[in-house]
Amino acid sequence: MTTFGEMLMYDVAIIGAGVVGCAVARELSGLRMSVALIEARGDIGDATSKANTAILHTGFDCVPGSLESAMVARGYRLLGDYAPTVGIPIEGTGALLVAWSKEELDTLPKLALKALENGYDACEIIDSEAVYRAVPDLGSGALGGLTVPGESIICSWTTALAYATEAKARGCTLLLATAVTGVNVGDRVTTLETTGGQVQARWVVNAAGLGGDVIDRMFGFDRFTIVPRRGELLVFDKLSRPKAPRIVLPVPSSKGKGVLISPTIYGNVMLGPTSENLTDRADTSTTEEGFAFLLGKGRSLMPSLLEEDVTAAYAGLRASTEHSDFVVAASGEKRYIRLGGIRSTGLTASMALGEHVRTLLGEHGVTPGVRDVLPEPPRMPNIGEAFPRPYERDDLIDADPLYGTVTCFCERVTEGEIRDALQSAIPPRDPDGLRRRTRALMGRCQGFFCGAQVAALMEGPRAPAEAAHG
Amino acid sequence: MAETLRPDVLIVGGGPAGLTAARSLRRLGVAGVLVLDREEEAGGIPRHSDHLGYGIRDLRSVMKGPAYARRLVDRAQQAGAEIITSATVTGWAGERSLLATTPSGRIRFDAGAVILATGARERPRAARMVPGDRPLGVFTTGQLQQEVHLRHAEVGSRAVIVGSELVSWSAVLTLRHAGCSVALMTTEFECPEVYAPVAFAGRALLGGPLARATKVVRIIGRNRVEAVEIEHLVTGQRRMVACDTVVFTGDWVPDHELARSAGIDLDPGHRGPLVDTDLATSVGGVFAAGNLLHPVDTADVAALDGRHVAASVVRWLGDGPASRSAVRLVAGDPFDWVAPGLIGDHMVGPPRDRLLLWSHQAQSFPTVVARQGGAIIGRRTLPWPVSPGRVFRVPWSLVRRADPLGGDVTIGLN
Ligand SMILES: Cc1cc2nc3c(=O)[nH]c(=O)nc-3n(C[C@H](O)[C@H](O)[C@H](O)COP(=O)(O)OP(=O)(O)OC[C@H]3O[C@@H](n4cnc5c(N)ncnc54)[C@H](O)[C@@H]3O)c2cc1C
Ligand SMILES: Cc1cc2nc3c(=O)[nH]c(=O)nc-3n(C[C@H](O)[C@H](O)[C@H](O)COP(=O)(O)OP(=O)(O)OC[C@H]3O[C@@H](n4cnc5c(N)ncnc54)[C@H](O)[C@@H]3O)c2cc1C
Repeated sequence: MTTFGEMLMYDVAIIGAGVVGCAVARELSGLRMSVALIEARGDIGDATSKANTAILHTGFDCVPGSLESAMVARGYRLLGDYAPTVGIPIEGTGALLVAWSKEELDTLPKLALKALENGYDACEIIDSEAVYRAVPDLGSGALGGLTVPGESIICSWTTALAYATEAKARGCTLLLATAVTGVNVGDRVTTLETTGGQVQARWVVNAAGLGGDVIDRMFGFDRFTIVPRRGELLVFDKLSRPKAPRIVLPVPSSKGKGVLISPTIYGNVMLGPTSENLTDRADTSTTEEGFAFLLGKGRSLMPSLLEEDVTAAYAGLRASTEHSDFVVAASGEKRYIRLGGIRSTGLTASMALGEHVRTLLGEHGVTPGVRDVLPEPPRMPNIGEAFPRPYERDDLIDADPLYGTVTCFCERVTEGEIRDALQSAIPPRDPDGLRRRTRALMGRCQGFFCGAQVAALMEGPRAPAEAAHG
Repeated sequence: MAETLRPDVLIVGGGPAGLTAARSLRRLGVAGVLVLDREEEAGGIPRHSDHLGYGIRDLRSVMKGPAYARRLVDRAQQAGAEIITSATVTGWAGERSLLATTPSGRIRFDAGAVILATGARERPRAARMVPGDRPLGVFTTGQLQQEVHLRHAEVGSRAVIVGSELVSWSAVLTLRHAGCSVALMTTEFECPEVYAPVAFAGRALLGGPLARATKVVRIIGRNRVEAVEIEHLVTGQRRMVACDTVVFTGDWVPDHELARSAGIDLDPGHRGPLVDTDLATSVGGVFAAGNLLHPVDTADVAALDGRHVAASVVRWLGDGPASRSAVRLVAGDPFDWVAPGLIGDHMVGPPRDRLLLWSHQAQSFPTVVARQGGAIIGRRTLPWPVSPGRVFRVPWSLVRRADPLGGDVTIGLN
């Protein structure tokens, strides 16, 4: 970074710190260039990247030959390799696509072929009996299925946080609560007007998710218009987890991926999402209609699931556009890269998109090369159920009793983990941010027992005497 | 594993039920009685319930929640029971073996008998499936009381209280203490759920109106609550009520995670363990007491469960496994559940010789009827009303004539 007076000047500025922007930041900050990541909200990964179904897709059902197909297939491998090295919770549950009608049953062979065209060869068609063996709690009427053993569940919160943490360790500047409001493309540098003052950069990457078309227009393009497509989801109590040993997918239709049942990496079961086009890009409210629709679906997909309490309900907005593919391109003239319309697979595709940006820069003669020394990748706290959590680890508790002090009972989050999150490189700004980093407050009681205690910890650590008490 | 402890009786949960069971067990001569509680202090829910109304039936005095909680802790300890706090029981290692996480490590407990006394909690907004935005300012009574009494945090200035159970009035008191006015209290029932005298005294406190047959259908506000939308269940009419705080009260669920993960049979009505009049569960040597079994009754009733279960546990420790009774008590209309749900082998009555029932309809001077195999085996007209949102107590003598081999006994209103 160079400073011109008060002005900040970078080789690359990335607009938007969702999972995509964070992945790009991580990739580019490994090169010999200065990088800024600019985010309107107070935290990274706080928009669509925090409210999705968190599946690491194989891409078996993408449109063959599309950029999305390539990015998902590549991203699947990259993130699948990266996750264990930094400790992103991931679990290879596999998926089962279930046919409920003769028509859907007839589609299965076509889907298996499509999977092959997408380079995925592990699908297998199974009969109804095998379907019920795989997921005994399914509702009646399943006629057959297609297995997709590679589909996995992953923690989308830790993923974005790991990218951003590594980017920051590699020297990337993180500008939070900074919204880009104007763009001025100069001869050699572009000036971004932001709510935090001007930021200058040679190249700009637009990873603004739902705001991507607005930024695109600031650059003088009119390539796409975003229609926020809301997806509402219901998360069921942990005690239901055995009912969903793997992801249960519907046969995709022209209307999208449809309603699925999925185990979550935190040990719950998720039902959703809905699919509804909106105009308000910030409307992540849930609706009566959405709930009724999902309960109706749930009743036929897995009736016994509805006997469990709902632990959480939320909605995410897909950045859908008039195009069927991702809208990705570079403009050498404006030193600008657009990552638009990253709708339903952006979590999976994130690292591939990071790599792709680097390739696009290279095609425009920006080839800074890898830094000589890179810091060790971060080690993220495990908030998933696939591996032992701190509360069950004697080694951690022996070293620090705060890992044996459970604060959030429902999710078994210890005071040690909350402290670590508050002291981390990118600390949470509010209870929701803490929830995404530790799982505190996301359990079945929703704060009945520990809400006040967690809020108190966020205000500051307890005095040692008080902490030792009890 | 740091260590293994081997108490004669392990009690999970140090609320009124668990603490009273511990004291009683010691007084009945059981040597090793250990209570585990995940909080830093034992005492259960009364710890944060800073108002009068505790201890009436068990301690024969009227006290505030925190003082009551301390008394129960003292009495258990004086009787020689050991209490370990900050100990969260996380699961089972065997039939009567449990694992806990504590600041000094993981501990395994191999017990002669286990009593689950983990209590109940209020259903939060999500479990009630109230749609809308997800702003700050939405509480359960439990969280509200801790925010106010423990953290002295500010709540809002204008609240809507969802529910009008006993606990809802407790929320009114807390809001008043915190300087927050009540814009509206809503109940889905046609009549408020508490005794007329409480409701009467409460109305003065409430300061705002009570909307009957009314449901909250949406929460509005991007950052902080700005309003709720309510619907009249009969007319279907909807309107907005401006507020910055919403408190979801009552609508209890038992904290049954440990019971379920042990494979213990649950009562489909209240979803706590299905127990007999001994308060024995379907797993040998595992008992249950308190609000885990009847979500939710008052603390003194939970405490007296503890006294009752202690005698059953002592019998079990002496005699070992008893055969499990086949007579199921079934909730008939208008009841959702009855506790206990089984008549015990020893033909002793339930705690306080009372059956506890939960109704979704109100009636004064109700006539309660018990039927077995088509025949009426008991009938009582009671001077106290049946009312939703509050436990209805029925003398055990109603079913005393049940035939141990006669199959299910259904309890309903005439
Ligand atoms: C219901 C649902 C289910 C999904 N399921 C999956 C799944 O299972 N697997 C999968 O791989 N993908 C899934 N997705 C898709 C995935 O969530 C998205 O593709 C991904 O999160 C997009 O990330 P992003 O970084 O592009 O966008 P975002 O996360 O939206 O990030 C964009 C960021 O840009 C910021 N921003 C916008 N404008 C400005 C500005 N002017 N100045 C500064 N900052 C700005 C925003 O504040 C935001 O933080 C799902 C999506 C939804 C909605
Ligand atoms: C706001 C409010 C007001 C009330 N007002 C009154 C009143 O005025 N008068 C009255 O008589 N009653 C009142 N009650 C009801 C009363 O508080 C309960 O009936 C009583 O607390 C029930 O006792 P319990 O022992 O069954 O459960 P609880 O008091 O809920 O105790 C359960 C204990 O188990 C512990 N526990 C749970 N799971 C675990 C685990 N896995 N590991 C370790 N420990 C665990 C918990 O930490 C807790 O301490 C009120 C309740 C509320 C919420």
